[in-house]
Amino acid sequence: MPKRTDISTILIIGAGPIVIGQACEFDYSGTQACKTLKAEGYRVVLVNSNPATIMTDPDLADATYIEPITPEIVAKIIAKERHAIPGGFALLPTMGGQTALNCALSLRKMGVLDEFDVEMIGATAEAIDKAEDRELFRDAMTKIGLDTPRSRQIKTLPQALEALEEVGLPAIIRPSFTMGGLGGGIAYNKSEYIEIIERGIDASPTNEVLVEESVLGWKEYEMEVVRDKADNCIIVCSIENIDPMGVHTGDSITVAPALTLTDKEYQRMRDASLAVLREIGVETGGSNVQFAIDPETGRMIVIEMNPRVSRSSALASKATGFPIAKVAARLAVGYTLDEIANDITGGATPASFEPTIDYVVTKIPRFAFEKFPGAEPTLTTSMKSVGEAMAIGRTFQESLQKALRSLETGLTGLDEIEIEGLGLGDDKNAVRAALGTPTPDRLLKVAQAMRLGLDDEAIHAGCKIDPWFLEQIREIVDTEAKVRAHGLPTTAGAFRRLKAMGFSDSRLAGLARLSEAEVSARRRALDVRPVYKRIDTCAAEFAAPTAYMYSSYEMPFAGVPADESRPTDAKKVVILGGGPNRIGQGIEFDYCCCHAAFALKDAGYETIMVNCNPETVSTDYDTSDRLYFEPLTAEDVIEILERERSNGTLHGVIVQFGGQTPLKLARALEEADIPILGTSPDAIDLAEDRDRFKSLLDKLKLRQPANGIAYSVEQARLVTAELGYPLVVRPSYVLGGRAMQIIHEESQLGDYLLETLPGLVPNDIKARYPNDKTGQINTLLGKNPLLFDRYLSDAIEVDVDCLADGTDTFVCGIMEHIEEAGIHSGDSACSLPPYSLSPEMIAELEAQTRKMALALGVGGLMNVQYAIKDGKIFVLEVNPRASRTVPFVAKVVGQPIAKIAARIMAGEALASFNLKPFAGDHVAVKEAVFPFARFPGVDTVLGPEMRSTGEVMGLDKSFAVAFAKSQLGGGTKVPTSGTVFISVRDGDKSRILDAARLLVSLGFKVIATSGTQRFLVENGVPSAKINKVLEGRPHIVDAIKNGEVQLVFNTTEGAQALADSRSLRRSALLHKVPYYTTLSGAIAAARGIKAYIGGDLEVRALQDYF
Amino acid sequence: MNGSAEQHSGDDVWAEPLPTAILVLADGTVLEGFGLGATGHAVGEVCFNTAMTGYQEVLTDPSYAGQIITFTFPHIGNVGTNEEDVETISMAGASGVRGVVLHSAITDPSNYRATRHFDAWLKARGIIAISGIDTRALTALIRDGGMPNAVIAHAANGQFDLPALKAEAAAWPGLEGMDLVPMVTSAQRFTWDETTWSWPDGYGRQTAPAHHVVAVDYGIKRNILRLLARAGCQVTVVPATTSAEEIMALQPDGVFLSNGPGDPAATGEYAVPVIREIIARGVPTFGICLGHQMIGLAVGGRTVKMHQGHHGANHPVKDNTTGKVEITSMNHGFAVDRDSLPATATETHVSLFDGSNAGIALTDKPVFSVQYHPEASPGPQDSHYLFDRFVELIAKNKAA
Repeated sequence: MPKRTDISTILIIGAGPIVIGQACEFDYSGTQACKTLKAEGYRVVLVNSNPATIMTDPDLADATYIEPITPEIVAKIIAKERHAIPGGFALLPTMGGQTALNCALSLRKMGVLDEFDVEMIGATAEAIDKAEDRELFRDAMTKIGLDTPRSRQIKTLPQALEALEEVGLPAIIRPSFTMGGLGGGIAYNKSEYIEIIERGIDASPTNEVLVEESVLGWKEYEMEVVRDKADNCIIVCSIENIDPMGVHTGDSITVAPALTLTDKEYQRMRDASLAVLREIGVETGGSNVQFAIDPETGRMIVIEMNPRVSRSSALASKATGFPIAKVAARLAVGYTLDEIANDITGGATPASFEPTIDYVVTKIPRFAFEKFPGAEPTLTTSMKSVGEAMAIGRTFQESLQKALRSLETGLTGLDEIEIEGLGLGDDKNAVRAALGTPTPDRLLKVAQAMRLGLDDEAIHAGCKIDPWFLEQIREIVDTEAKVRAHGLPTTAGAFRRLKAMGFSDSRLAGLARLSEAEVSARRRALDVRPVYKRIDTCAAEFAAPTAYMYSSYEMPFAGVPADESRPTDAKKVVILGGGPNRIGQGIEFDYCCCHAAFALKDAGYETIMVNCNPETVSTDYDTSDRLYFEPLTAEDVIEILERERSNGTLHGVIVQFGGQTPLKLARALEEADIPILGTSPDAIDLAEDRDRFKSLLDKLKLRQPANGIAYSVEQARLVTAELGYPLVVRPSYVLGGRAMQIIHEESQLGDYLLETLPGLVPNDIKARYPNDKTGQINTLLGKNPLLFDRYLSDAIEVDVDCLADGTDTFVCGIMEHIEEAGIHSGDSACSLPPYSLSPEMIAELEAQTRKMALALGVGGLMNVQYAIKDGKIFVLEVNPRASRTVPFVAKVVGQPIAKIAARIMAGEALASFNLKPFAGDHVAVKEAVFPFARFPGVDTVLGPEMRSTGEVMGLDKSFAVAFAKSQLGGGTKVPTSGTVFISVRDGDKSRILDAARLLVSLGFKVIATSGTQRFLVENGVPSAKINKVLEGRPHIVDAIKNGEVQLVFNTTEGAQALADSRSLRRSALLHKVPYYTTLSGAIAAARGIKAYIGGDLEVRALQDYF
Repeated sequence: MNGSAEQHSGDDVWAEPLPTAILVLADGTVLEGFGLGATGHAVGEVCFNTAMTGYQEVLTDPSYAGQIITFTFPHIGNVGTNEEDVETISMAGASGVRGVVLHSAITDPSNYRATRHFDAWLKARGIIAISGIDTRALTALIRDGGMPNAVIAHAANGQFDLPALKAEAAAWPGLEGMDLVPMVTSAQRFTWDETTWSWPDGYGRQTAPAHHVVAVDYGIKRNILRLLARAGCQVTVVPATTSAEEIMALQPDGVFLSNGPGDPAATGEYAVPVIREIIARGVPTFGICLGHQMIGLAVGGRTVKMHQGHHGANHPVKDNTTGKVEITSMNHGFAVDRDSLPATATETHVSLFDGSNAGIALTDKPVFSVQYHPEASPGPQDSHYLFDRFVELIAKNKAA
């Protein structure tokens, strides 16, 4: 069936801001969908509130709405776009995760789809309902004879005892309608069961409890399925979770393909997957079905299915080379699988086949527990990871060890790790307990347990990881012991076998007590080098012209290394990506890397991407000319560069676009004589180096907050005594403000030095000074000193992005932060253009920025952070590289600044781009989005350490409306009436008045704690008093829980006040009451609410702003 | 710490393991690796199979007689072997596979059904295997140069008479013109009532068959018989050389022509006249793989040797009668030349990988056949419907 011609316009809903569970993978899917449908000739309308995405680039859709993804707003977009051109109008809701599905369902319920005659394609509402609703899903599975976990809804203890007969022990008890599983648990014996049941019935507001059979420890699998209109179904990829059931699949280490199934079991699962799709009614597109298998009996149950493209589809696409989102988009408009060519084989074969692979793929999630003090680093069925790394090897061992070092958490392989509780008597039980608790580093503990002498049986009993994987890990551990005892092999064959197990040079260096350089030199002397194999969807059955590659230390074939990279004779540029997403380094950097690839391809270069993040657009095989899916370590990258350099001309490498990850490699690349494009690594280093930077600013006569640097604990105390409090402290060379804090008093400094810093000490240093904490810290500081800045309270913070080529500069955007200086710039909302700065101040900021760009010899992008206090400008930080704000600025000012930067780096003059200063009359507000709800017990107050996972943009004609849109886009339920609770510190009291008056004039009631309430009343703002938590009940938290508060303004000063008000912020978060913890945020919120009430929010496509 | 003495002892632990197996290609190329399974040497045609599961079924499929199978997936043997996943009629019988080429060494089995280590199983079945080969490079070699003849050899002491092995590989005439069916066909007639596998009961038993089917065994797989039984057929299996009269004497409602190894033209010399006779008598007939090819020959078509063959479990086939695509299991090195077929043979199925013929039906007789393996095992079960089609054909014929 050819494509549909009755549709002329297709609306694609994106996934909104990056949050845990919904990350870059939906930029990957949305971008593919936009590109594909546009190429098919449809008018593509896109809505996505996330400005950091590639999909919201204005040339990817015909009308791009960077607007909040709420049903009301999307309805307006539909109303506006429905008849822009004649023809049918379709909505594709399967590319934007749960956000898009939910929005589509709401639109249908509201009657918008009927009213405007909008057809949902890709998935029907019925199918979505059936897949999402647990009861409907269970019934559907029963209907087609598939097993689901046995469960019963009960209301009384006798019913519960009856249910026990059916589900057996251990049993999972889930009270209905409680938040975060409150009152539930796992019962291992009958008395425990009765206890939890009673507690659960009590905790549930409906006195209902779901009793479910436990499948903890079962094997877990996923199948990625694609179906077309003609009912052709294919399995793109099977995925096996190394972490058994009990850990969210997004938090599990997984491998592709499944490795421990016989064909009979695999086909049974395949048949079941297809049956699920057919029964749920997914007519076209990609879906994902999850299964659990009892390893003892082979019993298989269906866990769930996603009737849409998912994180796993992105993984499956990268793992196989089969572009699920692209294919799904074409299927949605009527094509069948056999009508679509398989790009990877150059169209020699159709997409109607099942990819077969001849390598093993391992995915390991990356976590950010260190950012959320108080959060338990235990993995459960609720996802907590913020990113993932994928690695490809010819064998499981090779891919596992590559994945471990791809994580960039300091691991070089299965590094040694401490197991808590050892040496206290019962070591075996301590190890077993450690293995039984799923944590981010459990696999390392498995290896450690082997080093401690536990056998596979005992380890399996603890962690339930399939014995096949344990055997593989044991081989690695045994080989490590061999290297430790005997040093490195001296023959090429033996060395290659070692490398083929995935060992990095740095891991071998640690084991053999040599330097990495020495290991590398010995390896190269034996000519043990990797070969590159192609990912071709067909295990070499057909020749693949697509250069999508991974490395392997494969044995030579008949004496000759079988390398398939075939470097071309072109003039090439290599772009190093950002690795796994983490807080502080995410999609913005992938955006920049992709833009570099697009721009340099246009400029005639062959573009070569290196990255290891499967969620990204940069790891699509058609983003650059050649793609190496490889870890971003010096060893792996230099091997690629040397291979590429063996033919053609390597014009240079771009290290400034992928965040800290590639920057960290700059020195090693320089040492290997690899040309680096753009700003020199030395200039980047100068900006990072306190002393050098200080003398530069002195020379330029620019101001900086008083500051100091400390290379030891002792020096830290001296420096701070000299600077005085409050202070900002941070370790050098970190992104995202890791371990950055504001220190108000000496006791806090002590805590920082002796409690926060030890958590940053890498394992190798710990191993060197096992019992000397201070020694460990001082060793760390010797390499990465602490930077202290005098904290400027109540200063305005400003971000400036600029382009420079050594001769000229162009200031692209000046962003005024809404929160005061001291809140991490990534967590702060900001406005472009500035909303309160004078033209003179703006001119001065521009002038200072230009000075620094020229002095640093910036070639490409530079970002500066300033603080303005009492009319004086202070330089806080300079980053002569792509910054987090680049995609935001590019969209607001309508200039592809990352592309221009890439071309400048490759040698073009800034002047040749003829850039004009921003002259639009629109305002954009960027707002950060936080994952606090996923980390029970964590305080939500903002600080200098970045904790947001993503961002949204509000775009409109005025600051107030743009701000309101940014809040809506970030998921805030902006109130239009009700009660605002105000409790602010003394310094903020006078300035909160305007906001309070404004809200009162809009009809809001005000309640406040004693001090604030007195002040408000004295100043003519009617308000009622409410108790602080410590003042007795009923107090503010009771009021929030009772739904009596619709908005919270709460600023605090001092550790005590902060601790006292924590439960209030936490309950506001859990009850989804919008809360603002900074004065300026509160004021902006009041203005935004006024604008929101004042009139209908209008929607406007990005393309219409220019 | 890292003294020279220690380094010296290091040399011993890192000593190169002795290559205990070799694969000698007909052009003299020698690939060294490590021996697994049986010792000794064997000559055959090297093909590759891209399936990621089902190695035990592949290695017990008699169609592979005369071939050395290269598995493209690097980890083979993970799930061990069991007594259920055997495809040869005789549980211990040789399937005719000459050897196996693997990338990685074999691990301990990890599966609840496993009863035996894969290496021990290979040894018990007399199959020689080699590991430590870049199987992707070997696959690319086959893709580019066609399936080479080769000798696979395994000796625990690593001693090989290379000139003799090279000579043997070069001298082997290859599969073209070779009738391998006598090696794998059953010696005697027998009946079959086992049905397909399901969890948790395993294989079932047929209860009330509606039709009688005679299956001619050119190297038949058990799962074909199971599916015939499941579809309601009482099956009598007869040796490959059974005459048309003997078959007709069994009063079949339908005749099934099985898969099998070797060159269809060679086997066809005695089988085709029988098939012609069956077709002429108007008995509903269904053929798979070699059976398909010989139906092609019987109606006057031609078969040709393929360049690299089709061996895997991911092959898309389009059913021209419905327009639907099924993912199939394939295993053939010869194909029916579409252009040689008479007008009475319509092409019902076609491979979407290379457009080669994948199925025919006769317009004037109740006869159809497919080139691929609808019985799967291993592979996707999308094509099981063909067995129902066969039974419908029988029922219709009976009613007429």
